[in-house]
Amino acid sequence: MSDAVIDATGLERRFSAGGRSIQAVRGVDLKVARGEVFGFLGPNGAGKSTTINMLCTLLKPTAGEARVAGHDVVRASHEVRRSIGLVFQDPSLDERLTARENMVFHAMLYGVPRKVRDERIPALMELVSLTERADDLVRGFSGGMKRRLEIARGLLHHPVVLFLDEPTLGLDPQTRNLMWEYILRLKGEHGITIFMTTHYMDEAEHCDRIAIMDQGSIIALGTPAALKAGVGSDRVEVEAADPGRVAGHLAERYGVEARVDGAAVSFSVRDGAAFLPRLFAEPGLAIQRVEVHRPTLDDVFLTLTGKQIRDSAPDYFAHLKAAARGSR
Amino acid sequence: MSLSRSRHNLLGIYTIWLRDVRRFMRDRPRIIGSLTQPTLFLLVLGTGLGHGLVRGFGTAGAAGAGAGGEGYMAFIFPGIVAMTILFTSAFSAISVIWDREVGFLKEVLVAPVSRWAVTLGKVLGGATVAVMQGCLMLLLAPVAGVKLNLATVLAMLPLMFMVAFAMTAMGLAAAARMRSMQGFTVIMNFMVLPIFFLSGAMFPIHGLPAWMDVLVHIDPLTYGVDALRGATSGLLARPMAVNVGILSAFAATMLGLSVVAFSREG
Repeated sequence: MSDAVIDATGLERRFSAGGRSIQAVRGVDLKVARGEVFGFLGPNGAGKSTTINMLCTLLKPTAGEARVAGHDVVRASHEVRRSIGLVFQDPSLDERLTARENMVFHAMLYGVPRKVRDERIPALMELVSLTERADDLVRGFSGGMKRRLEIARGLLHHPVVLFLDEPTLGLDPQTRNLMWEYILRLKGEHGITIFMTTHYMDEAEHCDRIAIMDQGSIIALGTPAALKAGVGSDRVEVEAADPGRVAGHLAERYGVEARVDGAAVSFSVRDGAAFLPRLFAEPGLAIQRVEVHRPTLDDVFLTLTGKQIRDSAPDYFAHLKAAARGSR
Repeated sequence: MSLSRSRHNLLGIYTIWLRDVRRFMRDRPRIIGSLTQPTLFLLVLGTGLGHGLVRGFGTAGAAGAGAGGEGYMAFIFPGIVAMTILFTSAFSAISVIWDREVGFLKEVLVAPVSRWAVTLGKVLGGATVAVMQGCLMLLLAPVAGVKLNLATVLAMLPLMFMVAFAMTAMGLAAAARMRSMQGFTVIMNFMVLPIFFLSGAMFPIHGLPAWMDVLVHIDPLTYGVDALRGATSGLLARPMAVNVGILSAFAATMLGLSVVAFSREG
């Protein structure tokens, strides 16, 4: 596949500090096609940022190789840098310059001619709805405005690939939705390839394809639909007066392994909606409350790794636990 | 390919330079703040010490009261200009640490501009700002009893720039490895004050004890102060070519060190 915009084989990165060596990325193979929105998912510390930094020439791989827009990230780093736009996890704006000055600075650094620059800057400011604030110092901008400005800046030199490292981290839900509107519009209008990392599973649904990374390796890769279909089963939670009894019953009768957590019993079955009426019909289980979840990417992750994508994620049992606590 | 790349780098140097200069022009409190210290040195210390020198320190009510302060002020004037440049230059590199902290440095480091060009742009920017500060100090020349004409100023400018370039590069070499602003300030104060004291800015450097004589000659600013004093008063401790040669060698070494330090950075 020669038209791959990103092509990595056996990419590895090892960090050594104080005699100890940590392998942050272990043998990543990846191909991203032109015009694709590619999502890179995983918990903090999975190696997403390390991988992105290698693809962006900010970090040299300790093994393997990668080509971005046809250029080798080590041997032709200069050419790679000209072909990519970057929006970092943390803001990278000069807050003492105005929004427009930040844009001009970027255009000059990337050698965008003045005439082209004068056309593109207003258009991009419009795209990210910052036209009115163009001549204000960035210092007074909100987190969402800064991120939007950075996206506009990342596009200024018409990159082949736009790398977005956690572009919506720390933004409120409304701004997150807006950001996605922009990102998808970019894809539509400019046909650029977008490579992004996130740990919001719901965001990954917007991607054409996603790779799930855990402990330095890609553990799954495909369209969101295909990955979810791979999990296959629904997650069911029931709350009962005697959760242990429900769990025991599930194991004996249906061979379904359940997890008990306070008053809640959770388990996976192929078709939750059809299964539950049968469970209700059993005498003596005294089920008080049920919930059925269609598989989400979170479940894909949970199934593949046995853990939640991030510790702070609003997990399914939280409200049940809270309810259980309240009723005691 | 290589042509467009060197054009890229030249434009990069200019862009980074322009940002530093523009930000400086906008920061009026900083301009005024960094001029107060040298002004105090010149006016208060210059006047006080000048009179002390004439009266022979402490021999109260000694004869020669009156003039004398001016002579000393004229002597230290080029030293104070050098001091202004030294302080502004050496501390200008703090902007790199600041940029690192707020993340802006990443935007620069990931741009298609070579690291040597980024470093050179940074040094030129800091040096330009320092020379501008130095020029503002020149306005005090009449107060110090130094007569400046266009030829003198034109002779001083390249010398001021050399001092500024060397000291900015030195600061940058230190900043490239540092993560904290406090740490940088401590290190720089540790370096800048001896550099200033030993440079002969405040006193003549002949006839000093041997240990101090050695330190004076290790101090790169000694050659800058001597060169500037040569320009304002015509008095040189050593040939101008030696001053310029040693300053350039120091500047080149520091530039080299900071390029190496920046090239290592992610």
